[in-house]
Amino acid sequence: MPLLSVTTTDNGEDDRMSQPDVPQFLLHQDGDDVAVAVLDLVPGAVRGASVKERTWYDVVISDPVPLGHKFAMVDMPEGHVVRKYGLPIGATTRAVTRGEYVHTHNVRSVRWLTSRA
Amino acid sequence: MADQPRLTGFRRPDGSVGIRNHVVILPVDDISNAAAEAVAKVIPGTLALPHGFGRLQFGEDLELTFRTLIGTGRNANVAAVVVIGIEPNWTNRVVEGIASTGKPVAGLWIEGTGDLQTIADAARIAQRFVQDATEAVREPVDRGEIILSIKCGESDTTTGLGSCPTVSQAVDRWVAAGGSVIFGETSELTGGEHLIADRCIDDACRAAFQATYDECIRVIEATGANLLGSQPTQGNIAGGLTTIEEKALGNIAKTGSVGVVGVLAPAQLLPAEPRGLWFMDTSSAAAECVTLMAAAGAVVHLFPTGQGNVIGNPIEPVIKVTANPKTVATMSEHVDVDVSGLLRFEYDLPSAGDRLMAIIDRTINGRWTAAEALGHREYTFTKLYISA
Repeated sequence: MPLLSVTTTDNGEDDRMSQPDVPQFLLHQDGDDVAVAVLDLVPGAVRGASVKERTWYDVVISDPVPLGHKFAMVDMPEGHVVRKYGLPIGATTRAVTRGEYVHTHNVRSVRWLTSRA
Repeated sequence: MADQPRLTGFRRPDGSVGIRNHVVILPVDDISNAAAEAVAKVIPGTLALPHGFGRLQFGEDLELTFRTLIGTGRNANVAAVVVIGIEPNWTNRVVEGIASTGKPVAGLWIEGTGDLQTIADAARIAQRFVQDATEAVREPVDRGEIILSIKCGESDTTTGLGSCPTVSQAVDRWVAAGGSVIFGETSELTGGEHLIADRCIDDACRAAFQATYDECIRVIEATGANLLGSQPTQGNIAGGLTTIEEKALGNIAKTGSVGVVGVLAPAQLLPAEPRGLWFMDTSSAAAECVTLMAAAGAVVHLFPTGQGNVIGNPIEPVIKVTANPKTVATMSEHVDVDVSGLLRFEYDLPSAGDRLMAIIDRTINGRWTAAEALGHREYTFTKLYISA
């Protein structure tokens, strides 16, 4: 279940009609640990949606997140396997809180252990 | 289908279909570049393809260079070829490799005559090839006769969200029309290689794919190098991609939903059958990868980009697709298809696919891509190891 959903409905069509036109961030699918900013975002409340299910989410982000960069959708302890596209994309190298900027400073590859900041 | 757009191309003597009509001046090696480029200056309408290698190579590395040279000459976008080398043996090997297509090809070598006489002799042949090539007429062709290749570059997170899924639409439509598509980028499947293995149509294909992938990763890991900044690249990281796994899942998002029918060695000629989606073992570097795919016979390339890779290829038109609105704004001259509206929920994926298909069809019918108009002709060989 999406942890931060505020407008999850079964009748997505009706729901979408009442949503703002343009998402500020996108998840590939519900349940992903990280979301992608599709505008340059400043700290504060932001609104976005999952591409697959079109579920809308409200999140308060704590860092600036440039277009294309990611923030956490959930609190993650150190060593947490981060999921995007519903699949692992790496692991946290320190605890990350919901709304925090996510990149090479706090996530590394699990497959290429030599690959790290 | 009544609503299928009319596609035209050049049907070559071996039955292959091209969408361009180049007369190529092909140096066998780096030291023949100057003569090849001189011929192209003397005879308008020819295209010299200078490159960096071809001397003192040996073993599989040498074979790959021959496959690349011969495959380039055989490509259906090429009407005729003048091959220029330093000596007759390797020159003739390239000439013979191209000649079995039935297209006009001639070979000259510089030792014993020098650059100037070689240039004069080659120019007379090139003139005749150009005049004959200008008589070639476009004929109606089927989509399934046109070999497509795909590879993304300067990827970012918008690639996996927008431009790669858009290309995926084209891949599925191409295969449904009976065509073949080549994808590659071996290292850049890491974290999603199981998804490709699962899509292989039989155990032989799956075993070949897995062996190819495992060997590539073995070579990379044996260096012990920190790959961050190389793969993912500095541009990928600047665009928000954090790990190879994240990059790979975006990369794989462009390969459609069809099965993988076979595995090709770098620059290996694409077999006529079976048609479908083929995996080629390639570097993930854009110019190397597209050069290898063109040598396999691909005549039009789809290139999703996030941060704005500017690559082109001398013989295979490269169509750029981006979903990154900043790239659309700052690098518009490089963008053939803007699907940034996907990120704003302005239209759905099939509609983005329609936009791309319209540009592909216009490109097939003769419209130059942005990379062609900007003169991007990166012809880059893959080197497997040191020369002797």
